[in-house]
Amino acid sequence: MASTITKDQVEGVVTDALVKFGTERELITPEVTFESLDIDSLDLFELGQIIEEEFSIELKGSDVKDIATVGDLVHVVAALA
Amino acid sequence: MSKPDSACALVTGGSRGIGAAIAVGLAEDGWPVVVNYRSDGDAAARTVAAIEAKGGRAVAVAADVSDRVQAERLLDESVEAIGPVLCLVNNAGVRADNLAVSLSDDEWDAVLTTNLTGSFRLTRLALRTMIRARFGRVIGIASIVGPRANAGQANYAAAKAGLIGMSKTVAVEVASRGVTVNTVAPGFIETDMTRDVLERAASAVPARRAGRVEEVAACVRFLASDAAGYVTGTTVFVDGGLAA
Repeated sequence: MASTITKDQVEGVVTDALVKFGTERELITPEVTFESLDIDSLDLFELGQIIEEEFSIELKGSDVKDIATVGDLVHVVAALA
Repeated sequence: MSKPDSACALVTGGSRGIGAAIAVGLAEDGWPVVVNYRSDGDAAARTVAAIEAKGGRAVAVAADVSDRVQAERLLDESVEAIGPVLCLVNNAGVRADNLAVSLSDDEWDAVLTTNLTGSFRLTRLALRTMIRARFGRVIGIASIVGPRANAGQANYAAAKAGLIGMSKTVAVEVASRGVTVNTVAPGFIETDMTRDVLERAASAVPARRAGRVEEVAACVRFLASDAAGYVTGTTVFVDGGLAA
């Protein structure tokens, strides 16, 4: 599965998760920061869980420590997958 | 948010004493219950039978919660046997009493590892599911020892005070997700674990008697209920007024 994942697929999973957390879909762009979307650290933990389950990958702390925007996260996940 | 139908309650050290009363009580409230035990499989089987006799659902799962691998397996087996653990009662505890000047490293470590570290590890694991479910109940069985002194129990007091402190902080971390984290602090309660000290201790209790395990279980049942959704980060003393 890992080799077939596209950035679009990752974007879709991340967007759906953020909407579930209460973010308005139209506010979610690659450039927007999680902080500006009021996504807190527990949301990010949960988002990591969802990504790990969806794409069968393991996100380490070092993978995500510099992530600020939605695009940053999509890039990191797509590179791992 | 109400308790999801598929959820189960896990009671560590649920085979005897306070743990068994909690397991039976939660089952009466509709929770399918995992009765964890370390070594007394017969007692765990009796608790399961008592629950089933009242029409409840329960399974017994052996695990030493002081062991990280066994604790992880306990969570996995609970999910496989019944369903996601959305009520965790950290009740398993041991005593190794000695005056601090004579307390060995082994006695210190044994009590801290089971009573505090084991509770933390299970809480950490269970929270992952609870956060996603937007519902969870973590209830630690602390003690009046910790908030109050009791000579000969420096290790036990440290573990139980630590459990209260840990619970308060975790409660704040997950409160926005419908997960509550509380502790119940029993005073002198009639159990096998306390029989040796109970007679001389009860005279110091304002209520002039020892408590019953069902009286501790009653508080746990409330904290596990939908009605207690706004109660978090607190400690309920069940002590006949001893801590007042």
